[in-house]
Amino acid sequence: MQSTITSQNQITSQARPSEEQAVIEVEGLVKRYKKAQRNAVDGVSFSVPAGSLFALLGPNGAGKTTVISILTTTLSPTAGRVRIAGHDLEKEAHRIRREIGIVFQKPSLDQNLTAEENIRLHVALYGLYPYRPAFRLMPAAYREQVEALAELLDISESLFKPVKTFSGGMKRKLEILRGLLHRPAVLFLDEPTTGLDPESRHSLWDYLRRVRATGRTTIFLTTHYLEEVEEADTVCIMSHGQIAAAGTPAQLKASLTQARLLLDAPERDRLRQELHQLGLPFTESREAIELPLAGPDVQRLLKRLETPLSLIQTRAPSLEEAYLQIIGRSTLESEEA
Amino acid sequence: MSTDAHQLSPTPSLVPSGAPEASRRDELLRRILEPPPAQPPLNRTWNAIVTIAAREIMRYLRDGAFLLFSVIMPILLILGLEGPLQSNFGAVAGYSLMAFAVTGMLAMTLYQYTLQGILSLLEDRENDFTQELLIAPVSRYALIFGKILGASVVALVQGLLILLLGIFFFHFPVSVWGLLLLLPVALLICFSGGALGVLLLSLFNSQRSANQAIPLLLFPQFFLAGIFIPMRDLPWYLDLLSKITPLRYAVDLLRNVVYSGQPEYGKVVLEGPVINLAVVCALTLLCLVVGTILFVRSKRER
Repeated sequence: MQSTITSQNQITSQARPSEEQAVIEVEGLVKRYKKAQRNAVDGVSFSVPAGSLFALLGPNGAGKTTVISILTTTLSPTAGRVRIAGHDLEKEAHRIRREIGIVFQKPSLDQNLTAEENIRLHVALYGLYPYRPAFRLMPAAYREQVEALAELLDISESLFKPVKTFSGGMKRKLEILRGLLHRPAVLFLDEPTTGLDPESRHSLWDYLRRVRATGRTTIFLTTHYLEEVEEADTVCIMSHGQIAAAGTPAQLKASLTQARLLLDAPERDRLRQELHQLGLPFTESREAIELPLAGPDVQRLLKRLETPLSLIQTRAPSLEEAYLQIIGRSTLESEEA
Repeated sequence: MSTDAHQLSPTPSLVPSGAPEASRRDELLRRILEPPPAQPPLNRTWNAIVTIAAREIMRYLRDGAFLLFSVIMPILLILGLEGPLQSNFGAVAGYSLMAFAVTGMLAMTLYQYTLQGILSLLEDRENDFTQELLIAPVSRYALIFGKILGASVVALVQGLLILLLGIFFFHFPVSVWGLLLLLPVALLICFSGGALGVLLLSLFNSQRSANQAIPLLLFPQFFLAGIFIPMRDLPWYLDLLSKITPLRYAVDLLRNVVYSGQPEYGKVVLEGPVINLAVVCALTLLCLVVGTILFVRSKRER
């Protein structure tokens, strides 16, 4: 992956101010399933500022879904403290349920009911409107909401058709909107794009960005796809039940793999000599000389070099490289332990 | 703009999104996410119960195959099983075995359909609407009650079909008073089946294991409760087994009502209505309380 210079400054400017109100606070969360030998979640702590996009990333079996199940009150933790939207998970699970919306890994629409019926069930269960046995008997405010939704999703035609006739991407969008109807403080998305084709995935993200811009909802996301977390405010990488690394995407990249500078010159011997004189360590391959330098250091070096250069390139690590490195390291550590 | 491949009607909006369209979408999104103040129902819990029950009924009405099957099955059983019985042993029994079996089928249907309706909470616990139910801000008690209510209504519709079959084709001996009394009794039987379902909910982890266990639980009951065949003059061990079969008391209670005032009453009925009512109520309550407690706990304690 070859790209432009990743500067250190960018990292600090992306970090969110710490005084911001946290909507999710997790401290020392532990979950051991019954009859399990080891903890599925093993002492996890983090906090999510209101309005941010928080991404939980990790391979299968890392404990992501366990964390999300606990946070959404469907699973009891073994130990630890969780607060969501100011409510304690242990004592006020029912209050938390009002404050969260969830899009599950697997579809949770009733396939035999129509899109409208699925939405109607949701708003009635969440106590937004009284339940009525037919759409036209529902309050006018509800009908307007549903009509806007149908126009937005381009499903005005199939609003009254069973959901099972919808495409996967359309179902996901419907679920996301449904999850937002009761104005939750946090929207949980458990691998929302798994199983969608690239085009639907792209379209879904486009749509999530719009939702974020309009609703200012905090989004808690778990995913396998690295490119989806590049725009997250915070990324937590989970591995073997623990948080292996956390930070902004840029921080993770910077702290885990160093950016490198690639240089070459028609007179490579002269360049080599010059670098020796400057006392800089480097490695050499057929196409270039590689130096562990990034940001302003690159500029400082270039100013001092006199050898005419034929190649100047900085190589920033991709998040994927950083991710693989973290997972690899944590696997080794857990095997040693 | 949406680029989903499934959209069949190519609308003009399929050209790359321009500014006006984007703002239209934002406007729509605002209307969805920032609606005028909602109009909350008078009682949230009751509203949730009605919603859950209504879904159960909608599901039933949508499922054409199930609907058809549930009508054909009783007819098949009555004609296929009781027809030969009646022509061979009817005279010995001294009353219509067909009508006898219809009352049995009625009780069995109410019991079984409610039970299975409740167990649909297991069905795809992990990839269906059940997930949505379990995270909704609705108490587990309301959830169970709504489920039982909805499943009972479905079972009652089934029961009504059998009742009509019985009245028009099989000399069902019920009086007008009996019909009126039948409704609360039928509802009670539904609840007793539902209560057993709630108890089973927490014992099974998946629909698959439940599906394997249900016949084991139901079939002996069908035989021992005297649904198709009278349970009189049994050898002591069968008599004992029959007496510990919960469904026996539910069926018998139904016959208490249907056959009341009829000449066959003494031959058909096993116990008095008070004993039957007491046993059915006690079992229902027990299953319901234990089952609900286990259900509320088991969902989260894994």
